[in-house]
Amino acid sequence: MDSCHNTASATATPIINPGGHKLVALIGPPNTGKSTLFNRLTGLRQRVANYPGVTVERHIGTARLDLQREVALVDLPGVYSLEPHSEDEQVTHDVLEGKMADLARPDAILLILDATSLARHLMLAAPVLSLGIPTLIVLNMADDLQRRGGSVDVKLLARELGAPVVLASAVKGSGIEEIRRFLSVAIPRPVRIELPVLNNMQSCRKWSGTMASLAEFNQPAPPEWTYKLDRIALHPVWGPLSFLFVVLIVFQSIFTVAKPLMEWVQLAIQTSGGWIASALPESWFRALLVEGVWSGVGSVIVFLPQILILFAFIAVLEDSGYLARAAVIADRTMAKVGLQGKSFIPLLSGYACAIPAILSTRTIENKRDRIATILVTPLMTCSARLPVYTMLIAAFIPDRPLLGPLFGTRAAMMLGLYVLGFVAAASTAKLLKSTIFKSEKTPFLLELPPYRVPRLSSILYRLLDRAKVFLKRASTTILLTMVLLWTMAHLPLQNGVAPPIEQSYAAQLGKWIEPAIAPMGFNWKIGVGLISSLAAREVIVGTLGTIYGIQGDKDAVGLQRALQQDLTMASAVALMIFFAFALQCISTIAVVRRETGSWKWPVIQFTYMGVLAFVFGWLAYVVVGWFS
Amino acid sequence: MSLPAKSLAQLRVGDRAILDRFELPEDMSLRLMQMGMIPGCVVEAAHVAPAGDPTVYRVDGTEIALRRETCLRILVKNE
Repeated sequence: MDSCHNTASATATPIINPGGHKLVALIGPPNTGKSTLFNRLTGLRQRVANYPGVTVERHIGTARLDLQREVALVDLPGVYSLEPHSEDEQVTHDVLEGKMADLARPDAILLILDATSLARHLMLAAPVLSLGIPTLIVLNMADDLQRRGGSVDVKLLARELGAPVVLASAVKGSGIEEIRRFLSVAIPRPVRIELPVLNNMQSCRKWSGTMASLAEFNQPAPPEWTYKLDRIALHPVWGPLSFLFVVLIVFQSIFTVAKPLMEWVQLAIQTSGGWIASALPESWFRALLVEGVWSGVGSVIVFLPQILILFAFIAVLEDSGYLARAAVIADRTMAKVGLQGKSFIPLLSGYACAIPAILSTRTIENKRDRIATILVTPLMTCSARLPVYTMLIAAFIPDRPLLGPLFGTRAAMMLGLYVLGFVAAASTAKLLKSTIFKSEKTPFLLELPPYRVPRLSSILYRLLDRAKVFLKRASTTILLTMVLLWTMAHLPLQNGVAPPIEQSYAAQLGKWIEPAIAPMGFNWKIGVGLISSLAAREVIVGTLGTIYGIQGDKDAVGLQRALQQDLTMASAVALMIFFAFALQCISTIAVVRRETGSWKWPVIQFTYMGVLAFVFGWLAYVVVGWFS
Repeated sequence: MSLPAKSLAQLRVGDRAILDRFELPEDMSLRLMQMGMIPGCVVEAAHVAPAGDPTVYRVDGTEIALRRETCLRILVKNE
């Protein structure tokens, strides 16, 4: 198709200068396939970060238009309007007005609307066109429109709106070339047309309806499949059952599917560590590299498969549209602890890792609800606690069958710790919402998008984002802690060699905090472990290995024996309880600081979780001590 | 306003009515209108969550889930 075919105006302004990157903003309501289109246009040349001071993620990428020319794309959050009421809208507003500190005002806009909801979605066209920025209107989901028997005349619509219009399907890839051509040649400034009064919603809706009918918009048939599926998904009996089924599948996969993958990663780290060791001459540097850096950072990277599997599920649930239904089902239960349906996913994600979970709270519009969710999420049993629990359970809990051969005392202990995490999060939420976050009941409103088949590539893009974020953490915070700890365990030098561990700086630090942790039955070695695990919980496994002089994860049994010498049953349980409550994770603290915009909340969170950890750790020590 | 007001919460699944007005905080009604719930349009109760709340309403080609406490403050008229 000729690119001028849909152009309403001839007053085109070129937006691309060869060599210079112009900025194009993608804007549109939620659930219009904006991100899919963004991925189509940029491919792997994109990165994700946060806008300064807010929770909103910023996706920026580069789209290649032809051999020489490129354009920068920014995918703005999904919004229904440009009025800055929510944080998402504020960001969109600021970017479009050129008020975002490190981002120029966009040179052009791609306005992405759902073609099947054209009459309603055109409401957003009015404020966007009134900006006067060159705008290309993309009617996405053309395949859905056609399948459901709808139609629209883009030429007529372009004429009425005074801006070019393209019919596209980001999922199928149709219309993408046309969008590229517009970007590479020119997008005209919108022709001034008569727009409705922007703050009068009724007149806006009337205007958008008129525009749609002038463009001979034929409303597509309703999404019958969605209606049918929802009769099951929201059924009084089948609804909760399928919900439970989904949650169980997610859990089962996190543990069973991830296990062999984690073993492979472990093997790869050990093997490569061995290569490095054999390639370098014997020296303190080799020891630091292999013991400190390689096995230390490796003990964290092992969790990558687990985290990616969880995110793959969340992506599938979100893209398919089921996540919104899950929120509807969970809302009543969440309301009982003062939260809402949208808090359910962050809490569930908290079982994998608090960091992405906290990032996912940005779907909660109500600020009080969001902060309450952020504050309790780290109580959920994240996968970093898993190796700590595994180590201690294997060392201290005898393996006896409880309910048949599959469910024994060890599994019960593990399940108990998971339940404890949830109960702690729920009761804290309840407490917060009835005290400092006391407010009238939170409004809950959620749009249920039609069900769609999730696209593999869009899921892979998101997994790639998460993997990058996770590896960045492993290569910064955790790397630094491991190097620091290894150094402290090997200094001060005595006659030019590392001291016995009891005389190292690490031991001195551990002995310094020993009085504080003695009520829970912990000695200075556990103290060093606790301090090092402030960086990340799982670090304690590597630390104890270093302190007890046992190499890495190869010899798990050796470490268990060493622990049995130093801890009683009561103090081992106390240690697990301590880990269930304490906020030992620098990355979480950093994320909370970034998401809430101040140090106030992370400080409160660290303190209250620390107090809970000490109190319940001590209680566990005393109570278990009576029985054993 | 002589007719006894009827709230959205009174609709049973399958019932339809015309949205009349909101007795909600302004930002809440604005958000509802942006999502498609504009006074004058037809609303249909589509599904009730298994726990009895929230309810999913069909309006202007989309579906929106709302809690009962919100629906009590949205007034509707018979079609």
